[in-house]
Amino acid sequence: MQLKAILLASILWTSTAVSAQIAIKANIIYTASGTPIRNGVILISKGKIEKVGTTNNLPIPAGYTLYQSNVVTPGLIDARTLIGMSGVLNIPVDQDQLEKSSPIQPDLRAIDAYNPDETLVKVARECGITTLHTGHGIGALVSGQTMIVKTKPGTVENVTIQPLSMLAMTIGPSVSGYYGSPGTKAKQMAMIRTELLKAQLYLKKMNDKDSSKRPSLDLNMDILSKLLKGEIKALITANSSVDIMNAIRLAKEFNLRLVLDGAAEAYRLIDEIKSSKAEIILHATMARNEGDMVNMNRESAALLTAAGIPVSIESGYEAYVPKTRIVLYEAAMAMAYGLSFDEALKTITIHPAKLLGIDNRVGSIDVGKDADVVLYDGDPFEYTTKVCTVFIDGAVVSNKCP
Amino acid sequence: MKRFIQTSAAIVLFVSLTCSAFSQDQPVVFKGALIYSMNGKPIDRGVLVVRKGKIISVGDANTKLPADALVQDVTGKVILPGLIDTHSHLGGPEGGDGSAALNPDARALDAINPSSDGFKKALAGGITTINIMPGSGHLMSGQTVYVKMRPAKTIEEMLIVNEKGVYGGMKMANGTNSIRNSSGFPGTRAKSAAMVRELFLQAVEYKNKIAKAGKDSSKMPERNLRLEPLVEVLEGKRIVHFHTHKANDIITAIRLSQEFKFRMVMHHLSEGWKVADEIAKAGVPCSLINIEVPGGKMEAVNLSLATGATLEKAGVAVAFHTDDGITDSRLFLRSAALAVREGMSKEKALEAVTIAGARMLDLSSKVGSLEKGKDADFIILSGDPFSVYTKVEQTWVEGEKRWDIQNPADKAFLTGGYGVYSTDRSEFHHHDNEDNEQ
Repeated sequence: MQLKAILLASILWTSTAVSAQIAIKANIIYTASGTPIRNGVILISKGKIEKVGTTNNLPIPAGYTLYQSNVVTPGLIDARTLIGMSGVLNIPVDQDQLEKSSPIQPDLRAIDAYNPDETLVKVARECGITTLHTGHGIGALVSGQTMIVKTKPGTVENVTIQPLSMLAMTIGPSVSGYYGSPGTKAKQMAMIRTELLKAQLYLKKMNDKDSSKRPSLDLNMDILSKLLKGEIKALITANSSVDIMNAIRLAKEFNLRLVLDGAAEAYRLIDEIKSSKAEIILHATMARNEGDMVNMNRESAALLTAAGIPVSIESGYEAYVPKTRIVLYEAAMAMAYGLSFDEALKTITIHPAKLLGIDNRVGSIDVGKDADVVLYDGDPFEYTTKVCTVFIDGAVVSNKCP
Repeated sequence: MKRFIQTSAAIVLFVSLTCSAFSQDQPVVFKGALIYSMNGKPIDRGVLVVRKGKIISVGDANTKLPADALVQDVTGKVILPGLIDTHSHLGGPEGGDGSAALNPDARALDAINPSSDGFKKALAGGITTINIMPGSGHLMSGQTVYVKMRPAKTIEEMLIVNEKGVYGGMKMANGTNSIRNSSGFPGTRAKSAAMVRELFLQAVEYKNKIAKAGKDSSKMPERNLRLEPLVEVLEGKRIVHFHTHKANDIITAIRLSQEFKFRMVMHHLSEGWKVADEIAKAGVPCSLINIEVPGGKMEAVNLSLATGATLEKAGVAVAFHTDDGITDSRLFLRSAALAVREGMSKEKALEAVTIAGARMLDLSSKVGSLEKGKDADFIILSGDPFSVYTKVEQTWVEGEKRWDIQNPADKAFLTGGYGVYSTDRSEFHHHDNEDNEQ
């Protein structure tokens, strides 16, 4: 027994040690920030990207473990998912994404539910997804908070980049499907506006110079205050044109930093979205065109990009089979429907990194960023290409090509 | 027995009358494409000649062209047979409802909306023949229909009568799909099998009574809508299409088919990779669904995209299906490409969306490959069938161009857009129980 324990300890120790210094050579590196590098080299040290160059100008130092690959991209980012909250089994015990007791619950924290060991997280990781913006679901006026995590295994504390990222909200027919009230669009807006007015009042009282006049801490009002102060963004799922305009109107009234999520009909409202300064997390390209997404267009990413609106592509939420989607394939499909290769790659790397405010750490292959890197045996977007090796923070977390 | 054969015959006659309506007299030649006929090796710079809805000839550049032919130069393109989807829910087939677990009398025929714009998805994806299945969620959801993507106002205009004289199969399921906490439904796997066996015993008895009566109509048993289609199943005319995922459920399906000697195609097979040799030994063809993420329900947790490759190696006949709306008909070729990624041969993966599926519906004498005398169902692609960069450019059904990417109205069904698809499509067959199905 003791021997086993020592062996195990030494294996763990070596794997950490091995992860310390790594060199990756590739026929082509798509950095997502500059032009592609042919015959590229990436050096990784202490979990960070140490140097980026070519086989001509960047020799591989002694002591570095070498990985060779055909194609390399940055670790991929899923701009909006529910996995880790929502699990592979699809039974009540592994579905923590939507609390149905009330339609407005800003106090629900994602960190209290996220499961880093969830199978769907492993599946995403093996497909090259290294960062998730995950958390509470679609279907409540305010379903709760979102968080940003790396997909590596570990405790929530070890994998979290941001414990509180945005407040997840929904405007649309799914809310009325889950809750008895609101039953109509107008009631949805009335309810959410009432709550934000209450929060304005709370915030005003909280700012009273006389501390004895301040109200006691209210978990819901506290988060809504952060929203009103612009400390966190309002992530509003809205798909139909009417619901998108309702979201824009709400953001304007309360001066919210709006991120439109889903946004199936955003391609019809390009001028309105540009003047509102809303950011876009676009639905999966292969999402089903049903319900309030019936008018979705697979050319949306291309149309929005052409209009100068940066697009981040999400896996979103799936209620059944498949239980989630993979943004690598969704970006590939956006490319098949009109987006350039480079722009398609940005929808799952640097664009979501900027939108989430984590581009100092992830989203491109640049010196000093986290060593989240994906190795492929061919064109990353081709149907028959395999994701071979995935690095997170300089450690191999998946290795599938022999 | 005679009476329901007559009913079938009447529909057959109606079908054959409507079929001839859109044939074209002048031969049309497609030359210059790489042709995957699925009957022999791919033909580089091949020639395909069609006339009156049928294929006249398929060959290399030296193929003799009819004098009066209209010649279309498709150099640089790829031609495949029209794709065969062995399992779809397009058109809203509904099927057995919540009143019973066994609904052999429920016909998809009576539910499908032939004008559904869901069929445009099939055309945009290159699918020309579909097995539309009722269900899901029952031990026996009902009778399926084999349809062609012809322009149609009635379902009869779409039907294809197969080599056994029927135009559909029988949808069955086991495992958690058909287990429900509801009156008339099984609560366990053993009860599921027992209920199926009981029904099949009744059908055997009914079949024997009919045989015994012979030509003596006074001894003929009363008509029984539940047992009549099962007699067709027992006679080997109507194929059972069996939804089954987990390894133990797959083996149970095989056990039932062997007990009652019914012909069966197994569908989905998330865990088919675990029992590939057993499936091969039983000689049961398999139609797989390829989904890039496992789970969403308990029985699909171990789904693998390598199942196609594993079954191919074991010698099992493999087809793919969309199960639309589970996967999208517009992406059917992508399903096959995902199997190639995980080790299936390109040759078998192409067969799996064409001739292999046709065989599983007893339709391979009419569709599934490009051969003289078969229906002129084919698709023109911009390139490699398994590439993300390739588009289906044209879909032809019985010599008629049914979908063309150059036509903006057609292309809209590929991309979607405002007002393109109606909201009343109902291929999303799981809505009743998606929250509680395990």
